[in-house]
Amino acid sequence: MTHTLAADGDQIESWRALRQTLDAADIESKDALLAAQASQTRRNVIGMISHAQQGHIGGDFSVTDILTTLFAAVLTIDPADPHWEGRDTFILSKGHCAAALYSTLAASGFFSSSELLTFMDPLSALNGHPNRNKVPGVETNTGPLGHGLPIGVGAAIAAKLKKNGARTYVVLGDGEMQEGSNWEALMSASHHKLDNLTIVVDRNRLQQGARTEDTNGLDPLDDKLAAFGWEVREIDGHDYGQLLAAFEPSISGRPVAVIANTRKGKGVSFIEDRVEWHHKVPSAEQVTLALEELA
Amino acid sequence: MSDSYDNRVAFAEQLIELATNDERIVAVCNDSVGSSNLTGFRDLFPDRLINVGIAEQDMVGVGAGLASAGLIPFVCAASPFLTGRSLEQVKADVAYSQLPVILCGMSPGMAYGELGPTHHSVEDLSWLRALPGLDIVVPADREQTRQAVRNAVANPRPTFIRVGRHKVPDVTPAGFELNRGEFQTIQQGTDVTIIATGTLVSRALQAATELQSQGVSARVVNAAYIAPLDVASIQRAASETRAIVTAEEANVAGGLGAAVASVVSQLGRDSRVPVRILGVTEFAPTGSTDFLLEHFGLTAANIVVAAREALADA
Repeated sequence: MTHTLAADGDQIESWRALRQTLDAADIESKDALLAAQASQTRRNVIGMISHAQQGHIGGDFSVTDILTTLFAAVLTIDPADPHWEGRDTFILSKGHCAAALYSTLAASGFFSSSELLTFMDPLSALNGHPNRNKVPGVETNTGPLGHGLPIGVGAAIAAKLKKNGARTYVVLGDGEMQEGSNWEALMSASHHKLDNLTIVVDRNRLQQGARTEDTNGLDPLDDKLAAFGWEVREIDGHDYGQLLAAFEPSISGRPVAVIANTRKGKGVSFIEDRVEWHHKVPSAEQVTLALEELA
Repeated sequence: MSDSYDNRVAFAEQLIELATNDERIVAVCNDSVGSSNLTGFRDLFPDRLINVGIAEQDMVGVGAGLASAGLIPFVCAASPFLTGRSLEQVKADVAYSQLPVILCGMSPGMAYGELGPTHHSVEDLSWLRALPGLDIVVPADREQTRQAVRNAVANPRPTFIRVGRHKVPDVTPAGFELNRGEFQTIQQGTDVTIIATGTLVSRALQAATELQSQGVSARVVNAAYIAPLDVASIQRAASETRAIVTAEEANVAGGLGAAVASVVSQLGRDSRVPVRILGVTEFAPTGSTDFLLEHFGLTAANIVVAAREALADA
């Protein structure tokens, strides 16, 4: 039997307290609070990948600040009641970055962070790609690329039908923008004027085998998204102030596409912006060095 | 020949009736408002008909998103494109995620006759049987189509329903209940069991009548739920009759017949019975649906031949 995960009440209280503090804080304080949490997530990811001897460290690190900002400061969710009807929907379409997601969900109290070191163990709920039936806070089982955005379109349409004000956020890898299904969904989202839908493209410019622009170039991604009818916001995906501003609701009545320029492997010098670290596993010595940099 | 009917009509009538009192019901389609017979639904519930255009992967994903928010989406498209183009979405977003999307494969089998194998959906049963947690329902007539829709709303779960376009006569006896995971015996018999699905059920009944005139008692089993599979019914057929014939408007590689044969082959030596599998064996040549059913031997006459051959081997 798969181990089931239960909410962590103490951690939920910490998460709620952090949300209140962030709501009242000035930007310097927000930066410090979010940076501390992101560093913790990156340290957790190092531990998880080292434990499992598998994982996708580069993409985990490029998306960490995006996930941290959304869960700590933006999403209207209740970790004590993950299926609460009025919740915002969050979908990590780049499901291979499950370790960063799991750590972020644990920081929100969806389950205890003591579970993180079961990552990819036999029968663990924490599979290499997220499973909604095993992990509280996961909305849909992602992994194959190009799946999250169509589901997000459906969730956003549902919120419109139910008139409950819920928002939907989908985080995509930049490489997965090569999937045709995403462009089907980009068309339908703008056609249906889904101003309650925000996508974030983790634009780290690397995919598994090479740079995106050397593989099947995406640029000019901003013009393409704008041409598909989206309100485009291009930001530094590691700048919390810019992230927070980018997650503000649409001002145009159109869906919002945030191009978050990031560094794959962000936070550890010898991992950053190196294609081989897509899913390379750090040695014991590299773990020590990485944790020192993330201290 | 008795009157026959396009099951899409009963599908739409039942869907509208339920949707009138249940705002959770929405429909999603791929520019198939007309061919999915959703015009009436659209006119009554314009906001609840989501036409994503010719984009089947998006369509199934949108259905999953709607289901994740507590709605009951009926995702309607020509069956070959619904299943073939978006198979990975059906796998990951619906079956594996266990989101209660009702996938409605319109005009399945060889309903699009002369349009050719690109437009035939004879692989659907094979592809979808491999997905755990996905119900597969193949109604044989109007009443079974209505009951399949009602079941989907009463107990929403990941489901694929074949909604037939090729006209079929009514075959459902009074008192028939379409229960999840159950075959229904619609004619008793003691010599041979004919397990048929969809368009082949009426032909199986005709075959049973012909066999009766030849002194052979044939049981007819209506296999509406292909998944979950009614293993017990197959075991009873093997223990209570001496041979089994299966008949389906689908490819024999992995369809109903393969499922039945898999069960029978795993029975003890004394319990096994000969099995004959009738279905589609290759990409179809040009022809009408009726022509193609005959081409592949999916006729009452050929069911009779198969039954007699199987009994001869018993």
